[in-house]
Amino acid sequence: MLAVVGVGSQEELYAEIPETVRLRAPLDLPAGISESELFAELRRLAGANSPAGAMVSFLGAGAYDHYVPAVVDAITGRSEFATAYTPYQPERSQGVLQSIFEYQTAICELTGLPVANASMYDAGTALAEAVMIAVTQTGRKRVLVSRGVHPEYRQVLATETAGLALEIAEAACDDGVTAAALRAADTAAVVLQQPNFFGGLEDMATAARAAHDAGALFIAVVDPIALGILAPPGDYGADIAVGDGQALGNPLNFGGPYLGFMAVGEALVRRLPGRLVGETVDVEGRRGFVLTLQTREQHIRREKATSNICSNHALNALAALVYLSWLGKQGLPELGLLCARKADYLRARLLEIPGVAPYTAGPIVREFALRLPRPAAGIISALAERGYLAGVDAGRFYAGLDDVLVLAVTERRTRAEMDAFAGALADELATPGADRG
Amino acid sequence: MAEESYPQELKYFKEHDWVRVSGDEAVFGITWFAQDALGEIVYVDLPKPGAAVAAGQTYGELESVKAVSDVYAPLSGEVVEANGRLDDEPGLVNDDCYGEGWLLRVRLGDKAEIEALMDAAAYQALLESA
Amino acid sequence: MASTIYERSRPGRRAFSLPPCDVPERRLEELLPETLRRHAPARLPEVSEVQLVRHFTELSTLDYGVDTGPYPLGSCTMKYNPKINERVAALEGLRDLHPYQPESLAQGALELMYTLERWLAEIAGLAATTLQPAAGAHGELTGLLLMRAYHEARGRAPHKIVIPDTAHGTNPASVVMAGYEALSVRSDGRGGIDMDELAAALDGDVAGLMLTNPNTLGLFDEHIVAIAETVHAVGGLLYYDGANTNAVLGLSRPGDMGFDIVHFNTHKTFSTPHGGGGPGAGPIVVRDTLAAFLPVPVIVREADGRYRFDYDRPQSIGKVRTFYGNFAVLVRAYAYIRALGGEGLRTASEAAVLNANYVLAGIRDLFDVPYDRRCMHEFVVSAEPLKQYGVKALDLAKRLLDYGVHPPTTYFPLIVPEALMIEPTETESKDELDRVIAAIRAAVDDAARDPELLTTAPHTMPVGRLDEVGAARHPVLRQRFPEDGV
Repeated sequence: MLAVVGVGSQEELYAEIPETVRLRAPLDLPAGISESELFAELRRLAGANSPAGAMVSFLGAGAYDHYVPAVVDAITGRSEFATAYTPYQPERSQGVLQSIFEYQTAICELTGLPVANASMYDAGTALAEAVMIAVTQTGRKRVLVSRGVHPEYRQVLATETAGLALEIAEAACDDGVTAAALRAADTAAVVLQQPNFFGGLEDMATAARAAHDAGALFIAVVDPIALGILAPPGDYGADIAVGDGQALGNPLNFGGPYLGFMAVGEALVRRLPGRLVGETVDVEGRRGFVLTLQTREQHIRREKATSNICSNHALNALAALVYLSWLGKQGLPELGLLCARKADYLRARLLEIPGVAPYTAGPIVREFALRLPRPAAGIISALAERGYLAGVDAGRFYAGLDDVLVLAVTERRTRAEMDAFAGALADELATPGADRG
Repeated sequence: MAEESYPQELKYFKEHDWVRVSGDEAVFGITWFAQDALGEIVYVDLPKPGAAVAAGQTYGELESVKAVSDVYAPLSGEVVEANGRLDDEPGLVNDDCYGEGWLLRVRLGDKAEIEALMDAAAYQALLESA
Repeated sequence: MASTIYERSRPGRRAFSLPPCDVPERRLEELLPETLRRHAPARLPEVSEVQLVRHFTELSTLDYGVDTGPYPLGSCTMKYNPKINERVAALEGLRDLHPYQPESLAQGALELMYTLERWLAEIAGLAATTLQPAAGAHGELTGLLLMRAYHEARGRAPHKIVIPDTAHGTNPASVVMAGYEALSVRSDGRGGIDMDELAAALDGDVAGLMLTNPNTLGLFDEHIVAIAETVHAVGGLLYYDGANTNAVLGLSRPGDMGFDIVHFNTHKTFSTPHGGGGPGAGPIVVRDTLAAFLPVPVIVREADGRYRFDYDRPQSIGKVRTFYGNFAVLVRAYAYIRALGGEGLRTASEAAVLNANYVLAGIRDLFDVPYDRRCMHEFVVSAEPLKQYGVKALDLAKRLLDYGVHPPTTYFPLIVPEALMIEPTETESKDELDRVIAAIRAAVDDAARDPELLTTAPHTMPVGRLDEVGAARHPVLRQRFPEDGV
């Protein structure tokens, strides 16, 4: 091959590279190993963790332990889906293009909004992009975000928009619900999460009206499983809906990759970031699918693009589509109801424990928060030793909420597990002053 | 697609726009060269009635599948009407760029600006020199 | 023509099973007030499991992945995705971890991320790493935000970023998102940055320069050391877009070239699968002068060997995504680097460069080669000579589909007309490369004999050329149900 290329050695191929930047020593990395050794090493690393299956988990807060059916892996593991590039040659990519079209449809159906994109990285970056749409659309730089929106989503919003000189104001969310009077004047957008971080349910319709009265857009951060039983954003006047689709057929994976989704009203189609798949026909009149409205995107508009986003989380979106197709029209509301019943049951059981008070008092669908008589962090550590992932300490995000524990209940939690957990918590709280936090 | 042409009765602007003046109003559009370079147009973004346009400044955008192009105002004025048919039939700009594919009708601010425009011969000379 | 999953649905069909309700069966009306309840169910599919599996299996057969055949897309690095990486990423102890579980119960995950950070720092030739960014464009924005924080800490506010005219579209888009102004400089006759234009553009108002090296023409910029010096001299920083790292593993480190912020695409250089568009990962490595600004949390290793997340980073730019990174993707990158080791990575890059030069040698007589230079892991040629037959780069690409080879990247970079960008990668054998060369030669042969074979190609695909104009003029972006009245 070197002869065909016309050189005498590999080194000659590097003749144009300045010697001063040549690495003349080997990279300081461990030497390569065989496949069986590699497997053993990764098994060791995996073994040093306690996966959800080994504990009884009530962890939520943006990542949920729902059961992922076997069909999801069977489909996403197919190499034509997994090892393909972005579908830039549509004639040879109809599979992935059609699956994205079907995914877009599913997101529209869940949210009740007419247009959805082909997915984004996660809910935090999707929220940042939604706010940027609102800023461009209204020309205003002030945004009002409820403190009930997941703290990490708010942090990502602040970081990603740091270069845009926005004023991000916060609306109070005390006792698990956003304050009723929203100061929406001069804002580009008002943002609420449903259910919120504490599992509380917000009055989204009133918030949307307040936003619109002030000439702002209303952005709803929503949960896809909860949308099986909760009113969708399209019903209460949201202009943009975003959220995380991790709960739809995607493993916990220690925080990623997850699935940001975004849906908008018709008026915002041309401001929608990310890829979009549209239906069309070929020269013979056969139906086909293509990436469309690409002039929104960076590879054409460059510095005038709606966003810099180039890729999507295609395989995660495929997993979500397969999962939603598995659950189907009947299954999603059934799952939602099952989780709501279990969460309601667990909250009632835990409230029987002396000293435990509700932080989220109203209706819930999967997640809720409790006030404990001692700091949550210590309780979490103690219960971990008993085999429970008890929930999230709200104090790690909210000042003054060190005693608030946020718990989620999925369909995987049995009554027996919940009863045992209630017993363990009661036990822990009864032990005087044993704060191992 | 239409045959290449540059009607004699129109005036032209260097950013490949044409002007048809009638009284205190003028109609703007893009030339055959511009629509040919852009390819099949899929979307047109034009200002609303009442908006101001300034000579030499952009007033809108034309999109094809693979490109976006700014449109420049040859003269200053106030928008009277944008071509509403282009919402559903953007291809009119390709098929009939001087007729049904017109973009904007404006009430002129300063008719003296017309002096600075080119005639068809000067515009074609510009195309040939590029 | 495949039906959609919605068209295959029949009312009442189901695939799911759920555990029975073992708690009191309170009615939905008792649990939620009417104003909060959903009234019309989402019109999700209603299919059996068999139908579900057959539907998606059929869709997959319409596609082409690296496992199908060669995929010489320039700047995409479509190398083989090792299957052992899939097996390890699926280990329960890695897959079923909640991001908020106690750190003591996630020590293996933290160790993996910590170790990967150090390996990437070694490959980059720099000091500190963040694994947060989810993709290339995301990494760019992160890098620019780091630049902003760096300058602010020094009481400066330069507001321009210099990028070459060969830059990928994400570069200027990221620049604007970060609140900067993009300043484009031309490339010279040898395909590198024009040094005179660069000198004229550089002043105290330049926050930094974004570059990939080798660049999108597949050419190593010979002036890289001088470029770095002149940018640093005006107080600017250099950002390395890692798209083309596959050319230089073990050969040259971006940190040694003078870059201050180095980004990698694990889905290009480190074999993580492209997934039909994602997910990938875009880790960033920085010089020690920028380490304080990295996103939180940072993984720390204590003296006793325990790992923990450190959030006490007052100068951090914050978070660029939820949680810590695309962990499952990073597991695959870890496995790849561990399997190859330093020597294996160097061998991969050497083969990538040799393979690209081999393919170029096999087809250069058919095209215009814009720069009289040695290419690295990819090259760009112009299909202008085909215009004499009335054939464009697009037509050639479509015809290659009929020959069972995925087409190269077309019409990028913008400075080469009728561009074809070809990157074979190191995982193609000589036989496969010869097949790619033969296919390209056959397609060009067709152009001379019978151009219509190309202008109406592809002929053997599930669909022919698609009406993209119609799709953009009258967008149909979701399933139209009969009851929607369309």
